Amino acid sequence: MGADGPRHLADVFHEAPTMNRYPLWKNLLIGFVLLIGLLYTLPNFYGEVPAVQVSSGKATLKLDPGKVTPRIEEALSAAGIANTGIFVDPTSVRARFASTDVQLKAKDAIEHALNPDPTDPSYVVALNLLSASPSWLTSLNALPMYLGLDLRGGVHFLLQVDMAGALTKRLDATAGDLRTQLRDKTIRHTGIAREGNAVVINFRDDATRQAARQAIGDFTADLQFNERDAGGDFKLIATLTPQAEKKIQEFAIKQNITTLHNRINELGVAEPVIQQQGADRIVVQLPGVQDVAKAKDILGRTATLEVRMVDDTPGALEGALNGAVPFGTELYTERGGSPLLVKKQVVLTGDRLTDAQPGFDGQTHEPAVHLTLDAAGSRIFRDVTRENVGKRMAILLIEKGKGEVITAPVIRSEIGGGRVQISGRMSTQEATDVALLLRAGSLAAPMEIIEERTVGPSLGAENIRKGFDSTMWGFAAIAVFMIAYYMMFGLVSVLALASNLLLLVALLSMLQATLTLPGIAAIALTLGMAIDANVLINERVREELRNGATPQAAITAGYDRAFDTILDSNITTLIAGIALLVFGSGPVRGFAVVHCLGIMTSMFSAVLVSRMLINLLYGRKRKLEKLSIGQVWKPGQ
Amino acid sequence: MEFFRIKKDIPFMRHALAFNVISLITFALAVLFLLTRGLNLSVEFTGGTLMEINYAEAPQLEPIRQALANEGYPDAQVQNFGSARDILIRLPNREALDTARVSEKVMSSLAGVSASTPQLRRVEFVGPQVGKELATDGAMALLLVIAGIMLYLAMRFEWRFAVSAIIANLHDVIIILGFFAFFQWEFSLAVLAAVLAVLGYSVNESVVVFDRVRETFKKKRGLDTPEVLNHAITSTISRTVITHGSTQIMVLSMLLFGGETLHYFALALTIGICFGIYSSVLVASPLVMWLGVSREQFAKPKKQKEEAVV
Repeated sequence: MGADGPRHLADVFHEAPTMNRYPLWKNLLIGFVLLIGLLYTLPNFYGEVPAVQVSSGKATLKLDPGKVTPRIEEALSAAGIANTGIFVDPTSVRARFASTDVQLKAKDAIEHALNPDPTDPSYVVALNLLSASPSWLTSLNALPMYLGLDLRGGVHFLLQVDMAGALTKRLDATAGDLRTQLRDKTIRHTGIAREGNAVVINFRDDATRQAARQAIGDFTADLQFNERDAGGDFKLIATLTPQAEKKIQEFAIKQNITTLHNRINELGVAEPVIQQQGADRIVVQLPGVQDVAKAKDILGRTATLEVRMVDDTPGALEGALNGAVPFGTELYTERGGSPLLVKKQVVLTGDRLTDAQPGFDGQTHEPAVHLTLDAAGSRIFRDVTRENVGKRMAILLIEKGKGEVITAPVIRSEIGGGRVQISGRMSTQEATDVALLLRAGSLAAPMEIIEERTVGPSLGAENIRKGFDSTMWGFAAIAVFMIAYYMMFGLVSVLALASNLLLLVALLSMLQATLTLPGIAAIALTLGMAIDANVLINERVREELRNGATPQAAITAGYDRAFDTILDSNITTLIAGIALLVFGSGPVRGFAVVHCLGIMTSMFSAVLVSRMLINLLYGRKRKLEKLSIGQVWKPGQ
Repeated sequence: MEFFRIKKDIPFMRHALAFNVISLITFALAVLFLLTRGLNLSVEFTGGTLMEINYAEAPQLEPIRQALANEGYPDAQVQNFGSARDILIRLPNREALDTARVSEKVMSSLAGVSASTPQLRRVEFVGPQVGKELATDGAMALLLVIAGIMLYLAMRFEWRFAVSAIIANLHDVIIILGFFAFFQWEFSLAVLAAVLAVLGYSVNESVVVFDRVRETFKKKRGLDTPEVLNHAITSTISRTVITHGSTQIMVLSMLLFGGETLHYFALALTIGICFGIYSSVLVASPLVMWLGVSREQFAKPKKQKEEAVV
């Protein structure tokens, strides 16, 4: 800036000596932010300790930490095992142990105490790792960063739900329903069949067709109609309305997620992730799972629902409890704990169930579960209920060849039309749970694995080490260079960069955003880019000095003038980061999250933290002659 | 220490034409390689199965290929990965292949082939529909970045700057892709992330130069446009080299310590950083000049300027 030197110099001479001080509140604020950053970064230094996690193993059983925790404590003290803390959250109880050996012993002890019958476990007792940070940090919600599967090892699946399959399944059921409906209304047709995405009904004349259309319209609002006449046939073509299609698809994916949850519980995975992605996909992540074959088996298996009659012959139950189970029956325990004798003969299976929703009884306003059966199912149900008024019927969930009674209501009257209501002695929560369970029995639509990623645990540990090494050596090299080139200002830049790293790690820990290897790469890259701001500032300060400004004025002008450029360049980088965040998936998203966060923390640290340090160093010196910013060469020297 | 002791502005613009010709040639070459050789897309984009397997002792690759061919995978690619003890197997997606079971089948067929037992380190299976989506998403991300950056630069500076910056930096992107096509390096999602990050990063560079151009136009009355550009580039060159050097140190560290997974990511960044300097200094600035930037465009009333900043 040689040419504008003189004018610039004049400015400086007219100004009063500039002092560089931040008001106390600003220093305190920056200090406070850094302190919070340090606090939330701390858990990452403690590492992880072995732990045992207990969660519910059955869909019908809700974990009650108040009851389970004392049982775990008891089991541990009976076995003489010391724990280093028991933590409770709404869905699980976790106990920490000093070493892996103790952890394994403790797992056995807890397993033994909580699941007396190993063939029918009520709880999932899984090995896990917990943060070793002291309880006071955990109580502040300061947790270590959440590591992605590529860093901790495990399996990742992306499942595609076959929505077309779900719709066909529903249309098949609809065809049957319409058949029953028309027969009940004695409307004669010459054939009902599903053709592609429509149900086609043939009639002899138009009048019958109109009557049928009227009758079906009264029965369901999910269908829309078209009429077509071909060769003496009067056709009525029913297709699902877009709203109904959407509802069916939403229902299908929800049900599949619920079913997956129940199944994955069996794997004993400590922290499974099961999430919807997009309209028709489900992500399943199983950290720590290595046995991919078993995981796939479990994901693909179907559980079924069965409706059977309860054997209430007087004396039979008492006999069964004494060991003499009558022929053709099985002994089950109801959810309330009372025993129940159920006939082996299956009345209905879950295939006949098209929907189950929680709701309320129309008359008593008690919580109830509304079931919808398909045509064949409703016919069977009507016949069975007519013959068994006053008796009890049991609904069982059969999984892994073992059944469990979900509910056993009394039949009050004959039930036709396929609309069944279960009510009585239920809370709203229970009604919701039962409805969920009934739906969860089987998958609503077939699913296909469209993406699989397995990472072995050794590779995960290696990835962490590589990512850490790259960042550390890169940081060290930048630090050496900056200090050599800019001296004290370089040291301040390095401290600012370190605070950037601190804040970034703290932010990632706070948000519990998933850290992956590309995420670590983003940390390294962000640090490499963030130093740009400090280089800009330092170069500006040198330039001001070169043009003859006093040290204090050079600091002020350097920071002020560099700021615009820093802002511009960070915003353009942020635009790229946000685009990656919006359109990225998997590894790209992991990169983008860290990149965007890093740009924001770098603005804070490069401008505010470094200025605060420079102010503290130089700001109070009235007669500052020289800045330690390395050599400032002036033309003509 | 001070690297740059420049007494006079370096007459970059005198050679503007030469720089642009060089750019044009590299650009054309990159496009040529992209068209003729194409990108070596990773499984993430093409769909297929990728398996990383570790052996205690270095295995022979030929028997492994043979075993896989017998098992019904004649199109399997088997190669060493990182070390002689690690192998990488790539299987393309095919119709009528039970994709969900591929990894188990491969592992069982490898079990008896060599003396030491294979250990599965990593499996990546991507179905065909996912791959296609990733490719379109990548293209969408690129478009969004271009549109966003152009809009911002047009608002903050002038449309001439926006256009030149984007052309200069897209030229970087094409050149990175050209390298990947020429050497047939694997183009993965991580590389795509690197390319987009580079796009944002080298626009930075242009912004820094343009900032100076604007400042110089406003401050110095006597200079014509090429002189202003020369002055702006010369006075920021020290910062340019130091910043990029620092970023490159980090990237180099990733290249050295980051292992195979980060290798191509770091490589893409390295090319991007080198060409980023070149293009923002020596391509964007001549373009601005050709597009006819002049002092008058900055001599607007000050108040209006401030509105444009927000």
